[in-house]
Amino acid sequence: MPIKHHLHEPTLLAYATGNLPEAVNLVVAAHVSLCDECRALAETFDTVGGALLEETAAVGLEQDSLDRALARIETEAPAPRAPVSPGTLPAPVQAYVGGDLSAVKWRPVGMGVKQALLPTSDTASARLLLIPAGAAIPDHSHSGQEFTLVLQGAFADEEDRFARGDIEIADDKVHHQPVADIGEDCICLAVTDAPLKFSGWLPRMVQRFVGI
Amino acid sequence: MTTKDDSPPNPDAQSEGKKAGEAAKWVALMIRVRDHRDRTAFAALFGHFAPRIKGFLVRSGADVSTAEECAQDVMTTLWRKADQFDPARASLSTWLFTIARNRRIDLLRRENRPEPQELPWGPEPEPDQAEVISLQQETRQLGKAIATLPPAQRDLIEKAYFGELTQSEISRITGLPLGTIKSRLRLALDRLRHTMK
Repeated sequence: MPIKHHLHEPTLLAYATGNLPEAVNLVVAAHVSLCDECRALAETFDTVGGALLEETAAVGLEQDSLDRALARIETEAPAPRAPVSPGTLPAPVQAYVGGDLSAVKWRPVGMGVKQALLPTSDTASARLLLIPAGAAIPDHSHSGQEFTLVLQGAFADEEDRFARGDIEIADDKVHHQPVADIGEDCICLAVTDAPLKFSGWLPRMVQRFVGI
Repeated sequence: MTTKDDSPPNPDAQSEGKKAGEAAKWVALMIRVRDHRDRTAFAALFGHFAPRIKGFLVRSGADVSTAEECAQDVMTTLWRKADQFDPARASLSTWLFTIARNRRIDLLRRENRPEPQELPWGPEPEPDQAEVISLQQETRQLGKAIATLPPAQRDLIEKAYFGELTQSEISRITGLPLGTIKSRLRLALDRLRHTMK
Protein backbone atom coordinates (compact mmCIF):
# COMPACT_ATOMS: atom_id res chain seq x y z
CA MET A 1 0.00 0.00 0.00
CA PRO A 2 1.48 3.36 -0.97
CA ILE A 3 1.83 5.90 1.81
CA LYS A 4 -0.89 8.53 1.61
CA HIS A 5 -0.17 10.80 4.55
CA HIS A 6 3.20 12.54 4.50
CA LEU A 7 5.24 15.00 6.50
CA HIS A 8 4.89 18.67 5.60
CA GLU A 9 7.75 20.29 3.74
CA PRO A 10 8.64 22.77 6.50
CA THR A 11 9.02 19.87 8.95
CA LEU A 12 11.45 18.13 6.59
CA LEU A 13 13.33 21.39 6.12
CA ALA A 14 13.53 21.83 9.90
CA TYR A 15 14.77 18.22 10.13
CA ALA A 16 17.48 18.81 7.50
CA THR A 17 18.60 22.03 9.16
CA GLY A 18 18.69 20.46 12.62
CA ASN A 19 16.06 22.68 14.20
CA LEU A 20 13.71 20.05 15.67
CA PRO A 21 13.58 18.60 19.19
CA GLU A 22 14.98 15.07 19.50
CA ALA A 23 11.57 13.37 19.76
CA VAL A 24 10.32 15.09 16.60
CA ASN A 25 13.56 14.16 14.82
CA LEU A 26 12.77 10.57 15.81
CA VAL A 27 9.30 10.50 14.25
CA VAL A 28 10.62 12.21 11.11
CA ALA A 29 13.46 9.68 10.82
CA ALA A 30 10.97 6.84 11.35
CA HIS A 31 8.57 8.10 8.65
CA VAL A 32 11.41 8.78 6.20
CA SER A 33 12.63 5.22 6.80
CA LEU A 34 9.33 4.01 5.33
CA CYS A 35 8.62 6.74 2.76
CA ASP A 36 10.79 7.32 -0.33
CA GLU A 37 8.85 10.45 -1.26
CA CYS A 38 9.82 12.19 1.97
CA ARG A 39 13.33 10.67 1.87
CA ALA A 40 13.93 12.28 -1.52
CA LEU A 41 12.78 15.64 -0.20
CA ALA A 42 14.88 15.36 2.97
CA GLU A 43 17.95 14.52 0.85
CA THR A 44 17.12 17.50 -1.38
CA PHE A 45 17.20 19.79 1.64
CA ASP A 46 20.52 18.17 2.62
CA THR A 47 21.77 19.15 -0.85
CA VAL A 48 20.91 22.78 -0.08
CA GLY A 49 22.99 22.43 3.09
CA GLY A 50 25.88 21.05 1.04
CA ALA A 51 25.66 23.99 -1.35
CA LEU A 52 25.74 26.42 1.59
CA LEU A 53 28.69 24.57 3.14
CA GLU A 54 30.56 24.96 -0.14
CA GLU A 55 29.94 28.72 -0.04
CA THR A 56 30.64 29.19 3.67
CA ALA A 57 33.51 31.53 4.48
CA ALA A 58 36.43 29.29 5.46
CA VAL A 59 37.93 29.77 8.92
CA GLY A 60 41.68 29.11 9.10
CA LEU A 61 42.74 25.89 10.77
CA GLU A 62 45.32 25.57 13.49
CA GLN A 63 48.79 24.98 12.17
CA ASP A 64 49.07 21.33 13.18
CA SER A 65 45.50 20.56 12.16
CA LEU A 66 46.24 18.28 9.21
CA ASP A 67 49.02 16.46 11.10
CA ARG A 68 46.68 15.75 13.98
CA ALA A 69 43.99 14.49 11.62
CA LEU A 70 46.50 12.23 9.87
CA ALA A 71 47.63 10.91 13.25
CA ARG A 72 44.02 10.25 14.22
CA ILE A 73 43.13 8.30 11.10
CA GLU A 74 46.14 6.02 11.71
CA THR A 75 44.27 4.61 14.68
CA GLU A 76 40.69 4.84 13.41
CA ALA A 77 39.25 1.61 12.03
CA PRO A 78 36.59 1.81 9.33
CA ALA A 79 33.10 1.96 10.84
CA PRO A 80 30.97 -0.98 9.71
CA ARG A 81 27.60 -0.14 8.20
CA ALA A 82 24.88 -0.44 10.79
CA PRO A 83 23.14 -3.76 10.09
CA VAL A 84 19.55 -3.23 8.99
CA SER A 85 17.30 -5.68 10.78
CA PRO A 86 13.91 -5.31 9.20
CA GLY A 87 11.06 -5.44 11.65
CA THR A 88 7.87 -3.70 12.65
CA LEU A 89 9.86 -0.86 14.17
CA PRO A 90 12.09 1.15 11.79
CA ALA A 91 15.79 1.17 12.77
CA PRO A 92 15.80 4.63 14.45
CA VAL A 93 12.93 3.51 16.72
CA GLN A 94 14.62 0.18 17.43
CA ALA A 95 17.65 2.15 18.61
CA TYR A 96 15.50 3.76 21.36
CA VAL A 97 13.70 0.54 22.29
CA GLY A 98 16.76 -1.69 22.23
CA GLY A 99 15.20 -4.08 19.73
CA ASP A 100 12.03 -4.69 17.76
CA LEU A 101 8.47 -5.05 19.13
CA SER A 102 9.33 -7.94 21.45
CA ALA A 103 11.73 -5.65 23.36
CA VAL A 104 9.10 -2.96 24.09
CA LYS A 105 8.28 -2.58 27.80
CA TRP A 106 4.57 -1.81 27.60
CA ARG A 107 2.66 -0.25 30.46
CA PRO A 108 -1.13 -0.29 30.53
CA VAL A 109 -2.81 3.12 30.52
CA GLY A 110 -6.41 1.90 30.70
CA MET A 111 -9.08 0.45 28.41
CA GLY A 112 -6.62 -1.98 26.88
CA VAL A 113 -4.37 0.78 25.57
CA LYS A 114 -0.68 0.41 26.38
CA GLN A 115 2.21 2.77 25.99
CA ALA A 116 5.97 2.88 26.27
CA LEU A 117 7.76 6.19 26.70
CA LEU A 118 10.97 6.53 24.74
CA PRO A 119 13.97 8.25 26.32
CA THR A 120 14.40 11.47 24.35
CA SER A 121 15.30 14.93 25.61
CA ASP A 122 12.35 16.60 27.34
CA THR A 123 11.74 19.37 24.79
CA ALA A 124 9.19 17.00 23.24
CA SER A 125 8.07 13.49 24.09
CA ALA A 126 7.88 10.25 22.14
CA ARG A 127 5.89 7.16 23.03
CA LEU A 128 4.83 3.95 21.39
CA LEU A 129 1.09 3.31 21.68
CA LEU A 130 -0.67 -0.03 21.35
CA ILE A 131 -4.39 0.23 20.67
CA PRO A 132 -6.28 -3.10 20.73
CA ALA A 133 -7.91 -4.07 17.45
CA GLY A 134 -11.26 -2.36 17.09
CA ALA A 135 -10.80 -0.17 20.17
CA ALA A 136 -11.05 3.57 20.34
CA ILE A 137 -8.23 5.45 21.92
CA PRO A 138 -9.50 7.95 24.48
CA ASP A 139 -10.89 11.16 23.11
CA HIS A 140 -8.15 13.68 23.46
CA SER A 141 -7.20 17.09 22.26
CA HIS A 142 -3.74 18.44 21.81
CA SER A 143 -1.74 21.35 22.94
CA GLY A 144 1.02 21.97 20.49
CA GLN A 145 1.73 19.65 17.58
CA GLU A 146 1.28 15.92 17.62
CA PHE A 147 2.62 13.44 15.09
CA THR A 148 1.20 9.90 15.01
CA LEU A 149 3.02 7.43 12.77
CA VAL A 150 1.36 4.06 12.19
CA LEU A 151 3.78 1.12 12.42
CA GLN A 152 1.31 -1.78 12.52
CA GLY A 153 -2.40 -2.12 11.80
CA ALA A 154 -4.36 0.99 10.99
CA PHE A 155 -6.65 3.54 12.56
CA ALA A 156 -9.34 5.83 11.28
CA ASP A 157 -10.70 9.02 12.74
CA GLU A 158 -13.61 11.20 11.66
CA GLU A 159 -11.78 12.28 8.56
CA ASP A 160 -9.37 9.68 7.28
CA ARG A 161 -7.69 6.30 7.50
CA PHE A 162 -4.03 5.77 8.41
CA ALA A 163 -2.04 2.57 7.77
CA ARG A 164 1.63 1.57 8.14
CA GLY A 165 3.90 4.45 7.19
CA ASP A 166 1.13 7.06 7.23
CA ILE A 167 1.68 9.98 9.57
CA GLU A 168 -1.13 12.00 11.08
CA ILE A 169 -0.27 15.56 11.99
CA ALA A 170 -2.61 17.18 14.46
CA ASP A 171 -2.34 20.61 16.01
CA ASP A 172 -4.24 22.17 18.88
CA LYS A 173 -7.33 22.78 16.76
CA VAL A 174 -8.00 19.06 16.30
CA HIS A 175 -10.23 17.18 18.70
CA HIS A 176 -10.42 13.62 17.52
CA GLN A 177 -11.19 10.04 18.42
CA PRO A 178 -9.23 7.55 16.38
CA VAL A 179 -10.46 3.93 16.24
CA ALA A 180 -8.13 1.03 15.47
CA ASP A 181 -9.02 -1.28 12.58
CA ILE A 182 -10.59 -4.59 13.58
CA GLY A 183 -7.92 -6.68 11.84
CA GLU A 184 -5.03 -6.39 14.30
CA ASP A 185 -3.74 -4.33 17.20
CA CYS A 186 -2.57 -0.92 16.07
CA ILE A 187 0.91 0.23 17.03
CA CYS A 188 1.88 3.86 16.58
CA LEU A 189 4.75 6.15 17.39
CA ALA A 190 3.20 9.28 18.89
CA VAL A 191 5.27 12.39 19.38
CA THR A 192 4.08 15.59 20.91
CA ASP A 193 5.76 18.80 21.93
CA ALA A 194 3.27 19.15 24.83
CA PRO A 195 1.44 16.63 27.06
CA LEU A 196 -1.76 15.09 25.69
CA LYS A 197 -4.97 16.30 27.29
CA PHE A 198 -7.54 13.53 27.63
CA SER A 199 -11.09 14.74 28.03
CA GLY A 200 -12.78 11.73 29.71
CA TRP A 201 -12.60 11.25 33.52
CA LEU A 202 -11.00 7.79 33.39
CA PRO A 203 -8.14 8.74 31.11
CA ARG A 204 -7.53 11.86 33.18
CA MET A 205 -7.10 9.69 36.25
CA VAL A 206 -4.79 7.43 34.27
CA GLN A 207 -2.93 10.49 33.12
CA ARG A 208 -2.15 11.35 36.74
CA PHE A 209 -0.93 7.84 37.46
CA VAL A 210 1.42 7.43 34.56
CA GLY A 211 2.45 11.02 34.18
CA ILE A 212 1.34 11.61 30.62
CA MET B 1 5.67 26.35 1.29
CA THR B 2 6.19 26.30 -2.43
CA THR B 3 9.16 25.21 -4.48
CA LYS B 4 10.25 26.25 -7.92
CA ASP B 5 11.23 23.45 -10.23
CA ASP B 6 12.62 25.38 -13.17
CA SER B 7 16.38 25.42 -13.54
CA PRO B 8 18.15 28.73 -12.99
CA PRO B 9 19.62 30.61 -15.96
CA ASN B 10 23.26 29.81 -16.48
CA PRO B 11 25.07 32.86 -17.88
CA ASP B 12 28.57 31.59 -17.17
CA ALA B 13 28.54 28.05 -18.49
CA GLN B 14 32.29 27.74 -18.67
CA SER B 15 32.91 28.57 -15.03
CA GLU B 16 30.02 26.31 -14.03
CA GLY B 17 31.55 23.47 -15.99
CA LYS B 18 34.81 24.04 -14.16
CA LYS B 19 33.12 23.99 -10.77
CA ALA B 20 31.18 20.83 -11.59
CA GLY B 21 34.51 19.35 -12.68
CA GLU B 22 35.90 20.35 -9.29
CA ALA B 23 33.03 18.58 -7.53
CA ALA B 24 33.73 15.46 -9.62
CA LYS B 25 37.38 15.75 -8.54
CA TRP B 26 36.35 15.56 -4.88
CA VAL B 27 34.33 12.44 -5.67
CA ALA B 28 37.37 10.86 -7.35
CA LEU B 29 39.55 11.66 -4.32
CA MET B 30 36.90 10.24 -2.04
CA ILE B 31 36.83 6.97 -4.02
CA ARG B 32 40.61 6.77 -3.54
CA VAL B 33 40.13 7.19 0.20
CA ARG B 34 37.43 4.52 0.16
CA ASP B 35 39.16 1.93 -2.00
CA HIS B 36 42.84 2.54 -1.30
CA ARG B 37 42.89 4.34 2.07
CA ASP B 38 44.90 7.00 0.24
CA ARG B 39 46.29 9.55 2.73
CA THR B 40 47.35 12.04 0.06
CA ALA B 41 43.78 12.11 -1.22
CA PHE B 42 42.57 12.56 2.36
CA ALA B 43 44.95 15.50 2.86
CA ALA B 44 43.63 17.18 -0.31
CA LEU B 45 40.03 16.76 0.88
CA PHE B 46 41.00 18.02 4.33
CA GLY B 47 42.60 21.14 2.85
CA HIS B 48 39.43 22.06 0.99
CA PHE B 49 36.66 20.99 3.33
CA ALA B 50 37.98 21.27 6.90
CA PRO B 51 38.21 25.12 6.89
CA ARG B 52 34.68 25.34 5.45
CA ILE B 53 33.32 22.94 8.05
CA LYS B 54 35.03 24.99 10.74
CA GLY B 55 33.47 28.14 9.24
CA PHE B 56 30.04 26.48 9.18
CA LEU B 57 30.32 25.49 12.85
CA VAL B 58 31.55 28.92 13.96
CA ARG B 59 28.65 30.49 12.10
CA SER B 60 26.35 28.00 13.87
CA GLY B 61 27.39 29.24 17.29
CA ALA B 62 30.39 27.08 18.20
CA ASP B 63 33.49 28.78 19.62
CA VAL B 64 36.62 28.62 17.49
CA SER B 65 38.42 25.85 19.37
CA THR B 66 35.30 23.69 19.54
CA ALA B 67 34.75 24.24 15.83
CA GLU B 68 38.34 23.17 15.16
CA GLU B 69 37.88 19.92 17.12
CA CYS B 70 34.57 19.33 15.46
CA ALA B 71 35.95 19.83 11.94
CA GLN B 72 38.60 17.25 12.87
CA ASP B 73 35.86 14.86 14.00
CA VAL B 74 33.91 15.35 10.78
CA MET B 75 36.98 14.68 8.61
CA THR B 76 37.90 11.57 10.63
CA THR B 77 34.33 10.38 10.16
CA LEU B 78 34.86 10.82 6.41
CA TRP B 79 37.82 8.45 6.74
CA ARG B 80 35.96 5.88 8.84
CA LYS B 81 32.69 5.91 6.94
CA ALA B 82 34.08 6.35 3.43
CA ASP B 83 32.19 3.31 2.16
CA GLN B 84 28.86 4.88 3.14
CA PHE B 85 29.29 7.82 0.78
CA ASP B 86 27.12 7.38 -2.31
CA PRO B 87 28.09 9.79 -5.13
CA ALA B 88 24.91 8.89 -7.03
CA ARG B 89 22.82 10.43 -4.24
CA ALA B 90 24.94 13.20 -2.74
CA SER B 91 27.84 15.47 -3.55
CA LEU B 92 30.71 15.28 -1.08
CA SER B 93 29.80 18.70 0.35
CA THR B 94 26.23 17.43 0.95
CA TRP B 95 27.47 14.33 2.75
CA LEU B 96 29.87 16.36 4.88
CA PHE B 97 27.12 18.85 5.66
CA THR B 98 24.99 16.05 7.15
CA ILE B 99 27.89 14.81 9.29
CA ALA B 100 28.71 18.35 10.48
CA ARG B 101 25.06 19.09 11.25
CA ASN B 102 24.70 15.94 13.36
CA ARG B 103 27.94 16.72 15.16
CA ARG B 104 26.64 20.23 15.88
CA ILE B 105 23.41 18.87 17.40
CA ASP B 106 25.41 16.44 19.50
CA LEU B 107 27.76 19.16 20.64
CA LEU B 108 25.59 22.23 21.17
CA ARG B 109 22.41 20.50 22.34
CA ARG B 110 23.87 17.30 23.79
CA GLU B 111 21.19 15.39 21.92
CA ASN B 112 21.19 12.29 19.84
CA ARG B 113 20.07 12.85 16.25
CA PRO B 114 17.92 9.96 14.94
CA GLU B 115 18.75 9.15 11.31
CA PRO B 116 16.52 7.29 8.84
CA GLN B 117 17.09 3.59 8.43
CA GLU B 118 19.82 2.85 5.90
CA LEU B 119 18.49 1.54 2.63
CA PRO B 120 18.94 -2.25 2.56
CA TRP B 121 21.59 -1.93 -0.16
CA GLY B 122 24.85 -0.05 0.13
CA PRO B 123 26.17 2.44 -2.41
CA GLU B 124 26.95 0.71 -5.69
CA PRO B 125 30.70 -0.02 -5.88
CA GLU B 126 30.88 1.45 -9.39
CA PRO B 127 28.16 4.08 -9.71
CA ASP B 128 27.18 5.18 -13.20
CA GLN B 129 29.58 8.00 -14.09
CA ALA B 130 27.07 9.99 -16.13
CA GLU B 131 24.71 9.98 -13.17
CA VAL B 132 27.41 11.03 -10.75
CA ILE B 133 28.39 13.94 -12.99
CA SER B 134 24.78 15.06 -13.50
CA LEU B 135 24.23 15.05 -9.77
CA GLN B 136 27.37 17.15 -9.18
CA GLN B 137 26.26 19.61 -11.88
CA GLU B 138 22.77 19.92 -10.45
CA THR B 139 24.19 20.47 -7.00
CA ARG B 140 26.36 23.28 -8.39
CA GLN B 141 23.35 24.81 -10.12
CA LEU B 142 21.40 24.66 -6.90
CA GLY B 143 24.22 26.46 -5.08
CA LYS B 144 24.30 29.09 -7.75
CA ALA B 145 20.52 29.56 -7.71
CA ILE B 146 20.66 30.09 -3.95
CA ALA B 147 23.52 32.56 -4.29
CA THR B 148 21.46 34.68 -6.66
CA LEU B 149 18.29 34.79 -4.54
CA PRO B 150 17.19 38.17 -3.20
CA PRO B 151 19.34 38.91 -0.12
CA ALA B 152 16.44 38.77 2.38
CA GLN B 153 15.40 35.32 1.21
CA ARG B 154 18.94 34.01 1.03
CA ASP B 155 19.56 35.32 4.52
CA LEU B 156 16.52 33.44 5.85
CA ILE B 157 17.67 30.17 4.26
CA GLU B 158 21.18 30.58 5.65
CA LYS B 159 19.81 31.29 9.11
CA ALA B 160 17.75 28.10 8.95
CA TYR B 161 20.80 26.04 8.04
CA PHE B 162 22.96 27.69 10.68
CA GLY B 163 20.39 26.72 13.28
CA GLU B 164 19.15 30.21 14.03
CA LEU B 165 15.44 29.82 13.24
CA THR B 166 12.51 28.35 15.12
CA GLN B 167 10.16 25.87 13.46
CA SER B 168 7.50 28.47 12.83
CA GLU B 169 10.04 30.82 11.24
CA ILE B 170 11.16 27.96 9.01
CA SER B 171 7.58 27.35 7.88
CA ARG B 172 7.62 30.84 6.36
CA ILE B 173 10.47 29.99 3.98
CA THR B 174 9.11 29.72 0.45
CA GLY B 175 10.42 29.47 -3.07
CA LEU B 176 13.55 27.40 -2.46
CA PRO B 177 15.01 26.89 -5.96
CA LEU B 178 15.29 23.13 -5.66
CA GLY B 179 15.79 22.59 -9.38
CA THR B 180 15.83 19.06 -10.67
CA ILE B 181 17.57 17.47 -7.68
CA LYS B 182 14.43 16.25 -5.96
CA SER B 183 13.11 14.34 -8.97
CA ARG B 184 16.57 12.87 -9.60
CA LEU B 185 16.86 11.63 -6.01
CA ARG B 186 13.31 10.27 -6.15
CA LEU B 187 14.08 8.34 -9.35
CA ALA B 188 17.34 7.03 -7.89
CA LEU B 189 15.43 5.59 -4.91
CA ASP B 190 12.81 4.06 -7.25
CA ARG B 191 15.46 2.44 -9.39
CA LEU B 192 17.26 1.00 -6.37
CA ARG B 193 14.03 -0.42 -4.94
CA HIS B 194 13.27 -2.13 -8.25
CA THR B 195 16.79 -3.55 -8.52
CA MET B 196 16.28 -5.09 -5.11
CA LYS B 197 13.03 -6.87 -5.99
